[in-house]
Amino acid sequence: MPEDTNEPISTMQRILDNPFILLFIGIVVPTLLYTIWGIVEIISVPMAP
Amino acid sequence: MSNASDFRTCPDTGLKVHKPAEALIKANAVVAVVFLLVGGLMGLLVALTRMPAIHLLPADLFYLALTAHGADILVVWIIFFEIAILYFVSAVLLQCRLATPKLAWVAFFLMLIGAALANYAVLIGEATVMFTSYVPLKAHPFFYLGLILFAVGALIGCFIFLATLVIAKDEKTYEGSLNLVTFGGLIACIIAIFTIATGAVILIPTWLWSMDIIGDIDAELYRLIWWGFGHSSQQINVSAQIAVWYAIGALVFGAKPLSEKVSRTAFLLYLFALQLGSAHHLLSDPATSFAWRAVNTSYAMYLAVLGSMIHALTVPGAIEAAQRRKGLTNGLFEWLRKAPWSNPVFSGMFLSLVLFGFLGGTTGVTMSVQQINMIIHNTIFVPGHFHGTVAVGTTLAFMALTYWLLPVLWRRELFMPKAAQWSTWLFGIGMGGLAIFHMAAGHLGVARRHWDMTFADAAMQFGYSDTVHLFMAIAGVFALIGSVGALFYILVAVGTILMGKKRPDTAPATTSEESVEAATTYGSAVPEHGKGWECPGSMVLVLVFMVFLVVYYFANWKYLSTVWGVS
Amino acid sequence: MSKTSLSSPDRNWWRAPIGLDEIVWISIAFIWGIFMTFMMVYWYYAGDQNQVGESYRITPDAFAAKMETMIEKYQVGEEFDTPVVAVPEGGDIYFGAQQFSFPVIPKLKVGKTYRFHLSSLDVNHGFSIQPINVNLQLVPGYDYILKLTPNSTGDFHVVCNEFCGIGHHEMLGKIIVTD
Repeated sequence: MPEDTNEPISTMQRILDNPFILLFIGIVVPTLLYTIWGIVEIISVPMAP
Repeated sequence: MSNASDFRTCPDTGLKVHKPAEALIKANAVVAVVFLLVGGLMGLLVALTRMPAIHLLPADLFYLALTAHGADILVVWIIFFEIAILYFVSAVLLQCRLATPKLAWVAFFLMLIGAALANYAVLIGEATVMFTSYVPLKAHPFFYLGLILFAVGALIGCFIFLATLVIAKDEKTYEGSLNLVTFGGLIACIIAIFTIATGAVILIPTWLWSMDIIGDIDAELYRLIWWGFGHSSQQINVSAQIAVWYAIGALVFGAKPLSEKVSRTAFLLYLFALQLGSAHHLLSDPATSFAWRAVNTSYAMYLAVLGSMIHALTVPGAIEAAQRRKGLTNGLFEWLRKAPWSNPVFSGMFLSLVLFGFLGGTTGVTMSVQQINMIIHNTIFVPGHFHGTVAVGTTLAFMALTYWLLPVLWRRELFMPKAAQWSTWLFGIGMGGLAIFHMAAGHLGVARRHWDMTFADAAMQFGYSDTVHLFMAIAGVFALIGSVGALFYILVAVGTILMGKKRPDTAPATTSEESVEAATTYGSAVPEHGKGWECPGSMVLVLVFMVFLVVYYFANWKYLSTVWGVS
Repeated sequence: MSKTSLSSPDRNWWRAPIGLDEIVWISIAFIWGIFMTFMMVYWYYAGDQNQVGESYRITPDAFAAKMETMIEKYQVGEEFDTPVVAVPEGGDIYFGAQQFSFPVIPKLKVGKTYRFHLSSLDVNHGFSIQPINVNLQLVPGYDYILKLTPNSTGDFHVVCNEFCGIGHHEMLGKIIVTD
């Protein structure tokens, strides 16, 4: 089988095999894109003129 | 370190099972089903009230039951069951000891006490605020405290899962990478950690506000953060149910992933983009910009939707490939026609897959478009949609898994096996029908969370057409059918545990030989790629799904273009 | 020896080739995702229905005052104990719901555009125009400004579709559109 050779494990596989890298991605990305960005926008809504 | 006497060898699968882990899996699963019963009963009362001809509960009790139904099903039943799944896919599938079982029991009791406290607040009428508890609606502090305690317990459970993965790796109880099912569980766990942490961020201040310790909380900020918890909790479900689908494919058919790379990348897309979908709830709200909405509601250019679509092919595709390897190669669908439909483990899983995709997936993707959202926001379309996801998707998949777990973990024959067989169809068709007819009624303007669609108590008069009333009545009938299905499930589960005929260790194994081999060995036999279509039947299924989605999507744009100008 | 989804994959699973079925389907799904992204952005710039709007913070008292001013200036009648208000084309209509009523009945001319200021004086409410089924959120503390242009005449009703308390289902409003 081609994939059973002694080729080094690819970087993507290493990332997917590392639960703590995955934990970081899964927490940081939505926290930044959804939560923090959203909070910044909402608290920046100006007072009515 | 643990000693050998903490383990038993499963006669069905050959897996080494950590007995403390097993006790925790059973406890969490049993309590899950208890809350399914409570929440399900509340749902039935709600359904009987929204059927205009029956209109069972008075207004105050209707809104109370609706609050309880939301909390008990969306959070309590599902998360208790997910903790059981997490412990199973870690300790049992990896054949290692569960990290800190004592702490896992603390987590269990925190969840139980929290759930009981929140339910108490609702049932005494002091927390009729809907599960979403939008400020400035204010509930009794016990409501928020209960949910917080539940969340803390669940969070501890998630970290115990992660610690167990570390133990399995350190103690080398498996070789190479995690299997795909445990990997799916890991993704669910990570999403759960984001979900619960976000829930704590909003519920703790709200709890303090409910006791007048801090001042008012901004209403839109609440909605943003709460939905970071509320919608994300459903994304835990998506990941967990997909892991369950792969597991059942393996257990019933000896199915293996078509491509580990593809399936795992699909899960990775979830990590980057799935939680962003919480923005769906804020599209018809003030405050946020189009940029924020577009990035988030699209799941980052639909990357997470791509993940789901991948699983839509690879889950049935893996089963099809396994069936074709066994010789079921006649035509496009012999593999499916000759699948064990009378086995509720399979029927529940496959119904869950198809119904989730066609009813939940298509409607969710369409309604999460910024502009299209406006024609269904807060209508009964929304509950219709999410019964097409959490009821026929997640709950039905979990029911299917239960039917496999009961004989294997509790070592008992299924009680009332015919009821088990019927339950998946009744629940699937019942909840599916509810979803369809509520979505139809929502498209025609019926409000959600609403006690009286005839507006009998209003100053002016307004009524929906007879067609709309008919749709609501039909939806109610389907709700009843679904309730019978759920009741059968609960009867089978409870009956098996209490009264099921004991299975001696020498009883025939419930799983196929391939699964037993596969669960304990490290093998090869990767299918030959590039030699034509591996899963043509599944390809047809997903292409039909795509046509359905495209048509539905454009039909909604067409309708939107006819309403008043809004800018 | 065979493997299933429950077993550890082959050592170098990332390097294993992908089957034709998956490549075709992933391509279709990916392209569809790009198209849907494009459609949403396109409609934002070129479409007639976009509910992003303009938003400001406002206290319920300040909003109520603006509603009062509008009613004083533009009231033309009363129905069901609610003022009917005819604001000129391009004008501002302050519409703040409260437990458990909608404050005014706007009277509009078809084809003309009006600046609706949507808010709530207490808790979240819904603003659901029937039978066209346009649905917006009324959030206390916010002035959610949307330019609405009715494209048909008649009596439209407003339903509250966000749970707001025990009188939620008693809330019913009206919008009149004439030629």
